[in-house]
Amino acid sequence: MDLKDLYRDVIVDHNRNPRNFGKLEPADAHADGHNPLCGDRLSLYVNLDGDRICDVKFDGSGCAISVASASLLTEAVKGKSRTEVKSLFDEMHALLTQHDAPVDPAKLGKLAALSGVREFPARVKCASLCWHTLNAALDSQSDPVSTE
Amino acid sequence: MSARPAPHTSAIDVAAIRADFPILDQQINGKPLVFLDNAASSQRPRQVIDTISRYYEHDHANVHRGVHTLSQRATDAYEGAREIVRQFINAKDTKEIVFVRGTTEAVNLVAQSFVRPKAGPGDEILISGLEHHANIVPWQLVCEQTGAKLKVIPITPQGEVDFAAFEKLIGPRTRILALAHVSNALGTIVPVEKFIAVARQHGVPVLLDGAQAVPHGKVDVRALDCDFYCFSGHKMLGPTGIGVLYGRQKLLEAMPPWQGGGDMILSVSFEKTTYNQLPWKFEAGTPNISGTIGLGAAIRYLQSVGMERIAAYEHELLTYATQRLLEIPGLRIVGTAAHKAAVVSFVMDGIHPHDIGTILDTEGVAIRTGHHCAMPVMDFFKVPATARASMAFYNTHAEIDRLVAALEHTRQVLG
Repeated sequence: MDLKDLYRDVIVDHNRNPRNFGKLEPADAHADGHNPLCGDRLSLYVNLDGDRICDVKFDGSGCAISVASASLLTEAVKGKSRTEVKSLFDEMHALLTQHDAPVDPAKLGKLAALSGVREFPARVKCASLCWHTLNAALDSQSDPVSTE
Repeated sequence: MSARPAPHTSAIDVAAIRADFPILDQQINGKPLVFLDNAASSQRPRQVIDTISRYYEHDHANVHRGVHTLSQRATDAYEGAREIVRQFINAKDTKEIVFVRGTTEAVNLVAQSFVRPKAGPGDEILISGLEHHANIVPWQLVCEQTGAKLKVIPITPQGEVDFAAFEKLIGPRTRILALAHVSNALGTIVPVEKFIAVARQHGVPVLLDGAQAVPHGKVDVRALDCDFYCFSGHKMLGPTGIGVLYGRQKLLEAMPPWQGGGDMILSVSFEKTTYNQLPWKFEAGTPNISGTIGLGAAIRYLQSVGMERIAAYEHELLTYATQRLLEIPGLRIVGTAAHKAAVVSFVMDGIHPHDIGTILDTEGVAIRTGHHCAMPVMDFFKVPATARASMAFYNTHAEIDRLVAALEHTRQVLG
């Protein structure tokens, strides 16, 4: 278990300087996510142009993994269609939970930096919270998402 | 920042004590384990583990039932543990010692069997803002069931229970005062004697959650003059799934049983069932026999070290840990009461407790991070979570140095 696998430079950087941090007001879609175990809370705001995400922001507070993951998410999904986001969600799910899942940087880009999380089972929920919250926003769920 | 030589410690042979705890002698992620999560659950000495093994290898049978030798041995050991507990907390009679699953079950028992029958709309249940969820939720259930109201004594920025506010909140409608003896999240030692004295003047019964108090100092329920006292075996070197409810005999006698079943009855017919005497009236079904015997062994171990010496040594550890942690730039201790058990809850600028916990683990250091089952305490201090180092008498000054070094490393990784 190497700490550098978890806290890669990209992750430390996105934790220190989260991208797309803030609110979109008004937003076409919005959802809140909560991890009661560690107290992470984040909100995702999405503006849509037809089927495509044209803008996305997040705010809230959390650990380095959850903040960096949300920051990376906003960069990754901007400009993508719902179908493309769904496919990225599945890729991320596999990346975070399956030990033998191949990591394809061509597909995942910077998100691949989160592959170390799967060696730290207690932290998987930190990285996946923003993805579940994005799903909820796109599905226009009104109830907050909880990891528990 | 370099580690300084450890100050002189009180008359406690930590090396010999550590040799009794097999689990402490291991590497975690290539580093010797530093276990500082004792407030969540302590470790067990070989004496406790061996007592339980010996019981299963030689003496196990069901208790209070058979005339055969093994049943007699098991019963003797089980009831022998009750006497050990009685002496340990200085209860008057073993009738006042009820074995339960843990502190949580003890509080629930009192909530349902003692308070619920006499609470109604307009009545009040008084707790503090320092409580563990186990001393909040059982009372919320009673409030839902009876229409009573939960009143909360505020805490101060130091993490102490506000005594002046308490004096205003207690009143003729207060049906019970339920207080932590020691806060699990912050380590605050609550001066419960003062609160109990006021409660007495108002005729209000008092329950103390002693889960964090019993393992770390002498507790005398008669000197405290409380009505109920609850604690858990696993935080005091004993097994999980065993705990104790102490209750004043008069109160326990008047209370209806908490669960029905075998062992809690004298005779059963479809027309009329006669309940057993105390304490068995509250112990339905086959109890946690091995857990109870293990708890007895744990108490014997604590007594062999000496509760006063444990308290003195742990206080030294607390003082040293507090001083060393405050040397770390950007670290803030949450909970700065004048009197504390050996618990240090803290946050670090720009670093989430969860990340601290993970990085410390890679350095072999085990601490708790999160809300510590005390979300209202976190809300009060406006933090989502804290990191918490909680010490036991088998910890050393050198281990605190390891904690501090690991926190410095955390700052390098994420600061």
